[in-house]
Amino acid sequence: MKQEYIITIFSENNIGLLNRITINFTRRKINIESLTVSQSAISGISKFIIVVNETEERVKRLVAQLDKIVDVLKTFYHTSNDMIFAEMAMYKISTEFIYGSDELGEIVRTSGAQIIEITKEFIIIEKSGLKKETQELFDKLNKFGVMQFVRSGRIAVTRDRIERLSEFLKERDNDLEKLN
Amino acid sequence: MLKNITGSKAVILSLLEEGVDTIFGYPGGAIIPIYDALYDFKERVNHILARHEQGAIHAAEGYAKVNGKAGVCFATSGPGATNLITGIADAMMDSVPLVCITGQVTSPSLGTDAFQESDVVGISMPVTKWNYQITNGEEIPEIIAKAFYIAQSGRPGPVLLDISKDAQTQVLKEFEYKKCHQIRSYVPEYPTNLKKIDDAVKLINESKRPLVLLGHGVIISNAEKEIKDFLEKTGIPAAWTLLGLSALPSDHPLNVGMLGMHGNYGPNILTNKADLLIAVGMRFDDRVTGQVSSYAPNAKKIQLEIDPAEINKIIKVDVPILGDAKKALTLLTKKVKANKHTEWIKKFRKCDKIEYNTVISKSIHPEKGKITMGEAVRVVSEKTHQNAIMVTDVGQQQMIAARYFRFNHSRSCVTSGGLGTMGYGIPAALGAQLAAPDRTVVAFIGDGGFQMTLQELGTIVEHKLPVKIILLNNDFLGMVRQWQELFFEKRYSFTELQNPDFVMISKGFGMKSSRVSKRENLESSIQEMIDHPGPYMLEVKVEQQEDVFPMVPSGASVSDIMLSKEIKTEK
Repeated sequence: MKQEYIITIFSENNIGLLNRITINFTRRKINIESLTVSQSAISGISKFIIVVNETEERVKRLVAQLDKIVDVLKTFYHTSNDMIFAEMAMYKISTEFIYGSDELGEIVRTSGAQIIEITKEFIIIEKSGLKKETQELFDKLNKFGVMQFVRSGRIAVTRDRIERLSEFLKERDNDLEKLN
Repeated sequence: MLKNITGSKAVILSLLEEGVDTIFGYPGGAIIPIYDALYDFKERVNHILARHEQGAIHAAEGYAKVNGKAGVCFATSGPGATNLITGIADAMMDSVPLVCITGQVTSPSLGTDAFQESDVVGISMPVTKWNYQITNGEEIPEIIAKAFYIAQSGRPGPVLLDISKDAQTQVLKEFEYKKCHQIRSYVPEYPTNLKKIDDAVKLINESKRPLVLLGHGVIISNAEKEIKDFLEKTGIPAAWTLLGLSALPSDHPLNVGMLGMHGNYGPNILTNKADLLIAVGMRFDDRVTGQVSSYAPNAKKIQLEIDPAEINKIIKVDVPILGDAKKALTLLTKKVKANKHTEWIKKFRKCDKIEYNTVISKSIHPEKGKITMGEAVRVVSEKTHQNAIMVTDVGQQQMIAARYFRFNHSRSCVTSGGLGTMGYGIPAALGAQLAAPDRTVVAFIGDGGFQMTLQELGTIVEHKLPVKIILLNNDFLGMVRQWQELFFEKRYSFTELQNPDFVMISKGFGMKSSRVSKRENLESSIQEMIDHPGPYMLEVKVEQQEDVFPMVPSGASVSDIMLSKEIKTEK
C-alpha cells in the first residue's frame, strides 16, 4: 500500500551527486514529489530531503541503493507522521485589491501569512506551513487572481531527540581510527 | 616527492604506484598528452592497442576476472568514451574491478559541443560505482588513489575518470603519491555479526536437506579453500551460479551442478525440496530463481553477502550475514557440527542419471548427425585436462560450455553473466591470456558474437597470445532462435545469419585457422589447435538447430524445468 515517505540523505558536498541520487528514482519509476537540498548543520555535508509516494518495500530497497553511493554518508526514511515538516509558498497579487476593502488583509492575517513586499503594481505574500494550508490560502487568494505562485520543497526534522548524522559521523570516525 | 611534472606523467606514475603492469586502450586527440607520457614508460607498463574501445574494455574485464586486480583502460573523448559504455555496464553487473581513464576536451570548452566532446560523466553515471571529472591536474594522484580503492574494495566495480586535456598538460608543482585506504562516506565491508553466525549455525545443524548456492562472491573473496572446508565438514551439497563456476572443482564429490535457467536438473528440482539454502556471494538473479513467488518456499535461507543492498532485494532471507565471505565461512566452519547428508545427495545423483539419459548423453556423446556444441566442448575440456581457462561469448554456446566444461582450478571461467554482452569472447580471451600467460585459454564463441568484435583478432596476433578460439558455427543467432522455436511458433524473425568465411578472415589477420565439420576429424582438429604454439581459430560447423536443455522457461518455477521439448518434469 502506497503512502508518503520522507527520505533524508546526508552526503559529501560534491558536484554531480544530485544526478547520481535522482537516477535511482528515475530507474525505478518512482516520482519525486518534492526535493530540497542544502547545507546541513555540519559544514561540507549536504542534506537532501526527498518526498515520495510509495510502498514501504520499494522505499526500503531504494534507500539501500542510495546508501551504496560512494559519496553518500547515510540515508534514512520516515513516514510523514514521524517527522515535523514545513513548506513555504509565495503569492503575487495585484496591489489594487488592497484599496477599498480589508478582505485581502483579513485573509492574510487569519492565515498567519505575511506581506513581504509591496510595490505600486503588486504585493508578495509569504506563508509557511503544511501543504494543505498553503493550498487553502492559494484557493482563497485566487478570488483576486494570483499573478505568480511558487511552492518550496519540503524541509523536515525527525521527532526523536538525536541528530542522527553526528552520531553516525562519530561512529564512523571511531571505525576509521581503528583501521589505522 | 617529484617536482614540476605534467598531469599526464602524474597519471602514469600514479598507475605504476598502484602496481599496474598492463593497460588496454586506444588513443585519440583528447588523450594524446597521456599517451605521450606513456611513451617514456614502455619498459615498465605493457600497453595493448585494441582495434575498438569495446575490445579494450572487454579485454580489461577478462584480465581483471582472472587475476582479481583492477583492469585499466584508456580511451579518448567523445566516441572513444562512449564506446566504453557497454563494457562498463557489463563490469557493473558482474562486479568486475575496472579503472577507465578517458581524455576530455579542455575545461573552458566543456559544455560548448566542442569537437569530440561528450558528457561521459553523465552518460556513465548509472553504470559506474563512482566517476569523477578532473579539470585540475593537482587532483590527479589523490583521485587515482581513490579510484583504485573504490574499484577494488568491497563489492568490486568499474570506476571512470574523465581527465580534461588542460589538466593533462598542466604542470604540477609537486607530485607525491599516497594510496587511499579509507573514505568517510564509503563502507566497503561490514564486520561479521557473531549473533547472526550463531543463528546460522543453529539452522545448519538442524537442517535435513540443505543446499549451498555458490556464487561469484566466493571467487572475489578468494574463499575457495574456506568453502571446501565448510562443505566437507557439514557434508552439504553445493550448486553454483554461472559466475561461481570453477570455485569448486568439477569433480568434487559435493559439487552437484549448475543452478539456473539452463542449469542441471537436480539443483533446480531439489531447490524446492530443500529445507535450508545457504547462499554464498550470489544475488538470486532471475535466471537462477525463476518465478520468485514459487522459489524454495519450504526452505529457510541464509545469505552471506558483502553488499547490504542485495539482502532481501529479491528473495527474503532468514539469516543475512553481512560482510566478507571468507571471514564468515571460517567462523561458520569452526562452530558448525560435522555431518553427512548421504541420502539427500543420493537424490541429486538420481536426477543426474535422468538428466544424463534424456539430455546429456546425446549432447556430448551424439552418435549420429552433425557435430553438436556439447561434443566439441567435452573434447576440448578433456584434451586440456580440465586445467584451462574457459572464456565464452553469449548465447547457446555459453550455456553449453558452462554445463559441460570441467575445472580443476578456480578463476577459470570468464563469461558475461549479468549483462550477457555478445562480442565479449574474443577480447576477454586476450585479456585473460595476458593475466595468466602460463595457462591455456580456450574461448567458445558463436557465429553471431564472433562478428561483433572480430577486429580484436588483430590484437591477439600482434601480441602473439596463444589463445585457442573455438567458433561453434550454426549459422544462426542460436539462443534467440531457440526461443522463437519454443515460444513463437518457429517464426525465425531475423535470426538466420548469412556468414562470411571465418577461416579466411582469421588467416587474413595472420592467425592460424582451420575448419572441421565431420565427427571423425573433431578430435584431431582440436588436438592440432591445442598443440599449435600460437593463437588458433578452429571453426566447428555444428548442428544448426540444436536446443539447449534443460530449460526453466521464463516466468516458470524452477521445479517446472523442462528436460526437452516433450518431457515435462515429474514433480
